[in-house]
Amino acid sequence: MTSITDPPQGSFRLSMLINDTRYRSYTFQFIALVVLIGFMAYLGMNLVSNLAAAGLNISFDFLGDPAGYDINQRPIEYDSQSSHLRASVVGIINTLIIAVLACITATIFGVVAGVLRLSNNWVVSKLMAIYVEIFRNVPVLIWIIIIFSIMTVSMPSPRAFRGDDPSSSMLFDTFAFTNRGVYTPKPIFDSGGWIVVAVFILSIIGIFAYRRYATKKLYATGQLLPTFWPSVAMFFVPAILVYYILGRPITLEYPSLQGFNFQGGIQLRGSLIALWFALAIYTGAFIAENVRAGIQAISKGQTEAAASLGLRPGRIMNLVILPQALRVIIPPLISQYLNITKNSSLAIAVGYMDVTATLGGITLNQTGRAIEAVLLLMLFYLTISLLISAVMNVYNNSVKLRER
Amino acid sequence: MKKTVLFGALTVAGLAAGMASAATLDDVKARGSLNCGVTTGLVGFASPDANGVWDGFDVGVCRAVAAAIFGDPTAVEFVPTTGKTRFTALASGEIDMLARNTTWTFSRDIDLKFEFTGVNYYDGQGFLVPKDLGVSSAKDLDGATVCIQTGTTTELNLADFFRSNNISYDPVPIETNAEGQQQYLAGACDVYTTDASGLASTRAAFENPGDHVLLPEIISKEPLGPLVRHGDNDWGDVVRWTLNALITAEELGVTSANVADLAAAPTDNPEVNRLLGTEGELGAMLGLEADWAKNAIAAGGNYGELFEKNIGENTPIGLARGLNAQWTEGGLIYSPPFR
Repeated sequence: MTSITDPPQGSFRLSMLINDTRYRSYTFQFIALVVLIGFMAYLGMNLVSNLAAAGLNISFDFLGDPAGYDINQRPIEYDSQSSHLRASVVGIINTLIIAVLACITATIFGVVAGVLRLSNNWVVSKLMAIYVEIFRNVPVLIWIIIIFSIMTVSMPSPRAFRGDDPSSSMLFDTFAFTNRGVYTPKPIFDSGGWIVVAVFILSIIGIFAYRRYATKKLYATGQLLPTFWPSVAMFFVPAILVYYILGRPITLEYPSLQGFNFQGGIQLRGSLIALWFALAIYTGAFIAENVRAGIQAISKGQTEAAASLGLRPGRIMNLVILPQALRVIIPPLISQYLNITKNSSLAIAVGYMDVTATLGGITLNQTGRAIEAVLLLMLFYLTISLLISAVMNVYNNSVKLRER
Repeated sequence: MKKTVLFGALTVAGLAAGMASAATLDDVKARGSLNCGVTTGLVGFASPDANGVWDGFDVGVCRAVAAAIFGDPTAVEFVPTTGKTRFTALASGEIDMLARNTTWTFSRDIDLKFEFTGVNYYDGQGFLVPKDLGVSSAKDLDGATVCIQTGTTTELNLADFFRSNNISYDPVPIETNAEGQQQYLAGACDVYTTDASGLASTRAAFENPGDHVLLPEIISKEPLGPLVRHGDNDWGDVVRWTLNALITAEELGVTSANVADLAAAPTDNPEVNRLLGTEGELGAMLGLEADWAKNAIAAGGNYGELFEKNIGENTPIGLARGLNAQWTEGGLIYSPPFR
């Protein structure tokens, strides 16, 4: 005989939907759902009937038509006879380029500034505090425009490089800084060039393998192998050796002034640089605060314990504090990456042709298909954001505290 | 997340939901003012003066329509629109008419469901370059960096022109005319291209207009005119015939100075009488007062007066009449008869 009896299973009555706490929440949720569906159906009907009244329809056929406009930054082949779809893809790739560049740079800025803000050096920590407060408290659009305007006005135009006695000259005859962008040499791969690249990648993998081996050896035998100089050697020596053995298969194409512009080399457009730098430095300020919060979340006892074991400050930070702080830093970092990706849609302010500028700008304007173009844009940003979240969540799971 | 997409779609839908009410004229009369879409600022065509009062050639058309309806040229709310927002603003009903040097094209007329109510300026796309660039023809522009306002027909014309001449260029898309001016003056682009009238207007605002030249090539036809939504023919008629009234007034010698005298009593010229409402019922047919055209002309003057005052040769813009002279003077400006 048990001392606890089950409550009597009374038959279900309709009034229990309101009076019984077990069912009441379902009732209200159901009502809310019905109201929501009804509201959305109303809006949907409204859209359809209004479009019909105006003689318009929802159609994505326009994506196949020739776009008719040119895009300056083309990661894939594109000309004005390509389709609107291809123009959108060019825009998407441009968006991804700026997002990836800005995410990486912002993380570097953020981690450095966040760690330095906790520095014991008064000047350094105050400088970082000023950086954080200035950059995160001014809208990013303003930063984009400020940086772009400064570049446009302060840098020389290609015209200044011309003539017998030009007022500007190229840095080391290889880099040209103009108000249309920065021109750098471009590597040209002859046959065998890719082997050098492959060797270089292999040696980087080798460095990681060697470091892992060194750690393993340290744990197993207590013997500390040197890592720094062997790593440096592995980084440079094999690639340079192969490069000369194969007869220097990689050459550089230098930019040179021809006609109106510099030709040859790689052009980093002013709009790309302005957008990249503005997004990185703005979001970096937020990431710095995340990093600081993460580090301060680690109890001071950890630092003291590590110090009492004889670790140097640099090692305390790298081996004890940062790995634990990452658990606090990663989740808000995901939001910052999403912010960068979405803020990159401000690109049109400086004429950078991202997907908002191609699909959501010129295509929308030339075809008049506003609803379709905006829907596609939303889908794209949603997909990218969810992908970034997914990847970062996987990483977060790999560093988070494993409870046993 | 599906919800998110749907909500966004519905926001867009909500914007579109305002359209498609039939009687725009009644709406405008009930509201007591005309909502007219203009540029965000193009000197001579539409720009606010020091007191914030909008003035210009396109603004004159808006004021004439307001005067025709209300007898009051100030009963206009000016809504500045960019090249990108103008069509959405018109389609959604935010503005009743758009007078924003907008090119009349097939797809805008048919596919976007707008109705162009005439042409108030025959334009064409030109190129503005600094004199010291030493370029005398647009065909020498191979490899040049070109500043261009995004979301306009000029973008497509430019692509076509360079493509058909088999030369390359580097487009720098910009959002507004002011930004284009800044980029061009800083040398971030070699060439600035837009409608020739717009270039003349932009150059007039430069510190040293003489240092810049317009290249001789005009690479497109750009008939600019006011437009309204498709589907409300009565409203379209009001805008169309107000513009025609201004044009006819110039042809018949009716000016803002003499319109009051001419309208006071029937004159010897029956067409002037019909235009000014002293004979016939033209105003009532449009759903307006009999003196609608008189008010429209009194608002800012006839077509020629508007032209001379805002963009003519005696203004900083300094545009010659050229194609925009009356048909009797060898131009293309021509109004159907008032009868």
